[in-house]
Amino acid sequence: MPEKYHIKTQPIPPRRPRIGKHGVVDWREDCARCHNCVKKACVYDRYRQEDEYLRKLSDVDSLFFDCMGCFSCVQDCTKNILRLTINPEYERLGNRYWKPDIIKTTWLQAETAKIPVSGAGYRGPFSGQGFDSMWTDMSEIVRPTRDGIHGREYISTSVDIGRKLPFLALNGSQSAAALPPLVSIPMPLIIDLSSPAHTLPKLDPLIEQTAADTGVIAIMDSRYRPAKDGHLENIAFFLSPDSPPVPDELLRKTRLVEIADSPAVVERIKAIKKIHPKIVVAIRVELTTAGIGRAIELAGLPEVEVIHIVADANGNELTTQKPRFLKDMTRQIHTALVEKGIRDEVTLMAGGGIALPEHVAKAIICGADLVTINLPLLVALECHLCDSCRPGTPCPARLEKIDFNYGVGRMTNLIAAWHDQLIEVMGAMGMREVRRLRGDVGRAMFFENLEEETFGKLYGKRKTD
Amino acid sequence: MVKEKQIEDILPENTLKTRVPQEQVPRVVKPAPSRYRNEIAKYIVHRSLDCERCGKCIEVCEFGVHVRKPGFKYFSEPNHHLCIGPNCEKTGHYCVAHCPKGALQIRENPMYKVLGDFRWPADLILATWKMAETGDVPPEAYDYDYEGGNSGGGFDRLRFKFPKQPPVKLREDQIDTSILLNKRGDGRPEIRIDVPWYGGGMSFGSVSNVTQLSKARAAVAFNTFTCTGEGGYMERMRPYDDHVITQVATGLFGVREETIQRVPIVEFKYAQGAKPGLGGHLLGDKNTPAVARMREAVLGISLFSPFPFHSVYSIEDHAKHIDWIKHVNRRALIATKVSTPTDVDMVAVGSYSAGTHIVHIDGGYGGTGAAPDIAKKNIAMPIEYAIGKVHNFLAAEGVRDKVTLIASGGIRTAHDIAKAIALGADGAVIGTSELVALGCVRCSRCESGRGCPRGIATTDPELSAKMDVEWGTQRIINLYSAWQKILVGILQRLGLRSVSELRGRTDLMMHLDYTNDVPAKT
Repeated sequence: MPEKYHIKTQPIPPRRPRIGKHGVVDWREDCARCHNCVKKACVYDRYRQEDEYLRKLSDVDSLFFDCMGCFSCVQDCTKNILRLTINPEYERLGNRYWKPDIIKTTWLQAETAKIPVSGAGYRGPFSGQGFDSMWTDMSEIVRPTRDGIHGREYISTSVDIGRKLPFLALNGSQSAAALPPLVSIPMPLIIDLSSPAHTLPKLDPLIEQTAADTGVIAIMDSRYRPAKDGHLENIAFFLSPDSPPVPDELLRKTRLVEIADSPAVVERIKAIKKIHPKIVVAIRVELTTAGIGRAIELAGLPEVEVIHIVADANGNELTTQKPRFLKDMTRQIHTALVEKGIRDEVTLMAGGGIALPEHVAKAIICGADLVTINLPLLVALECHLCDSCRPGTPCPARLEKIDFNYGVGRMTNLIAAWHDQLIEVMGAMGMREVRRLRGDVGRAMFFENLEEETFGKLYGKRKTD
Repeated sequence: MVKEKQIEDILPENTLKTRVPQEQVPRVVKPAPSRYRNEIAKYIVHRSLDCERCGKCIEVCEFGVHVRKPGFKYFSEPNHHLCIGPNCEKTGHYCVAHCPKGALQIRENPMYKVLGDFRWPADLILATWKMAETGDVPPEAYDYDYEGGNSGGGFDRLRFKFPKQPPVKLREDQIDTSILLNKRGDGRPEIRIDVPWYGGGMSFGSVSNVTQLSKARAAVAFNTFTCTGEGGYMERMRPYDDHVITQVATGLFGVREETIQRVPIVEFKYAQGAKPGLGGHLLGDKNTPAVARMREAVLGISLFSPFPFHSVYSIEDHAKHIDWIKHVNRRALIATKVSTPTDVDMVAVGSYSAGTHIVHIDGGYGGTGAAPDIAKKNIAMPIEYAIGKVHNFLAAEGVRDKVTLIASGGIRTAHDIAKAIALGADGAVIGTSELVALGCVRCSRCESGRGCPRGIATTDPELSAKMDVEWGTQRIINLYSAWQKILVGILQRLGLRSVSELRGRTDLMMHLDYTNDVPAKT
């Protein structure tokens, strides 16, 4: 039996006090000092450490916010002096796209490496923007699975990056043409360059180690030099026109390299291939208004192997007032390539706005071969995404004081949890291979289609917002 | 319901021997106040030090908010939860306006926004509590929005188009809310339930036995059903056998010949809306000695139900399962619970052809004792889309009137039930609402540690003792009673004589996000 892909994890508790959603406000002056105080009855025993906690207050920004919000103490207090509140610090986490709930669940996964499980049904809005406007499908009775019954351990999440031949020309029993190089990684995930707003040079060695531990690839600035030569397999240098070149001997030890898009992109690929013929070259295409057209154009060139489309951190199109979302842009590119009959020849990596594990599955359903992420890993290190990473501004997560093992452990945990969740949704879909999920929109349901089929027919046109 | 005589004719001898006398529960509404000392209020009344204790506020308030106990000089803490808020100004009984010293203030309780969520806003939770307490529709003065939630789609954006005058004037007692569960005409009992809903499957393990018993007793009172869920059949449920559905799910926990033979309905659970395609999962902490004994499992280990039934790869396999149950229990109706994939319509028709009496579709936003967050939100479609799809497909196949279609998964209110029926279902299965009636605040902590801190979804003996069966039964009876009134009210305003006349009447509704200018088909 071949070795299974398994990420080793261990619980890594947070460095900073937890920022919970709920807190209890206590009007102590009215307290009757009952012997059967409700605080003693807290199911979660949240009050036990309260006195000690208040005495120490080592972190002034951390209040007592580890409450689970069950209202039991509030409703049972003899003097009715307890109130439940939402932690304002919690509400300040993240931004409109990276909502506090996303930050919280990412922290939890980075700590435990487990799939978040909770009771009661779904609590959120019916649908939403972007990835929230689609649902993944599942299989039942009439087609118990698409690929046959199998255990979770048989679901493969590995993907191949590179150009594939449209067909094999055989010369006898041999292929007539040399097969193009392919890079296989065990999970459809690549760690992208840190966004300029969040660049923290100290994090690079941690990312390097995380990529090596999880078997994925991290895209790094061309100036970066890994701590271990053995890690070069898990590093893809990014070569922008103005960045210094990577020494040939280093480049030869890597499997993937990314270059910025430019008019001379074909020459650039040829030059790199001259140094290292077995390397796979990805082209980074920013999803500006011209991005989709450019990605489709590039895919038609025989030299192009991998296209990495990148939206902004919230998954939106760049440089436009009315941006489209990554999901729709990926679908558009994928569909255009399918129509041209060249979809299988190039690999499409999609990045920007991938914030939750379901986004991985959904982006792949929309046509990406794999996704690239950066911010979730930063959040795994307890970043609040407060967007104030400027010299002289104190970081609320104290990222500058980060410990190597802590950082690697948290990022690895997050990737492991995402991997497990990807397998869960694939298991529900009855898919055995993530490669076969690519562009399989039959495994998804889209809000606009369901609305039209259900309510459009009955109640006319949907009013635009 | 099946009469005793019939049962004697068809029950196997050994079941008759072990059958216990069936207990009756009267359908009587009685007050069942909250079991907590402090009610959560929508508004807070604040009395400043300017108060001269003249007592004017007590005089004017119609709701008993202000209290001064006899012989006391000072006022007690106001009954905040009884206050109807600034809307009171229109009534002329607004204490704030009448206070000669301007010492009173009323403002929204900041704690109110902590309670609830998009699907179950605070208003809906409090209104459900109110209904469970009084057995009646919440008083209009409180202005609770108890039709649905704030999720911004599905039921929450559908509304009934009530005519100014009902086309037919009907008295409440002329309106029939019952539905037939066996439409196949196959000689099995034609079971009719008095209300178009029954209780969803919640296993002993995921909820306490008090919760299960309360649900069962309320089902008896309303001549409807409750379901064991996948966790076995408690001996204490036996006096309610005639109103219990035995669930056969993939783990087959607690499924024995006798538990199949005791009941009038057996339900196959293929998937659950909240975690479709993932199977069931009872975390180790909740596998207490009692649970382990009933499930014939090892104490303290997590219990998984696999997905799917490893013996069902096709409709033919499904038919084989149904035949098995029908053979074991010759009076049983078969319900098939499935979730809502793209081809839910095919599943439903297939299930009908396999011999099921009830097709039960469970939408993605349904309740659960524990499910991965990724599954709750993302897998399978919401029930609002699935109902019409299945209803229309069954009709197109010419079998719509041969099968009962039951919808669940995110049905929270009587209005939701009516809307689900108008979309094409015959009835609904409800679960979370019953738990809210018992005091659930939807904190989502059913799964961990000792389980529900409110003593509902837990097997911890200390926590389960927070509630007793009498009170629990009464709360659910009261909720059912209020819902029945609401439902009758809806039918009355629409001029419909029975709830089955509402089925598939999408023309009686409108969608707030649409132009609603499609001419009605005649």
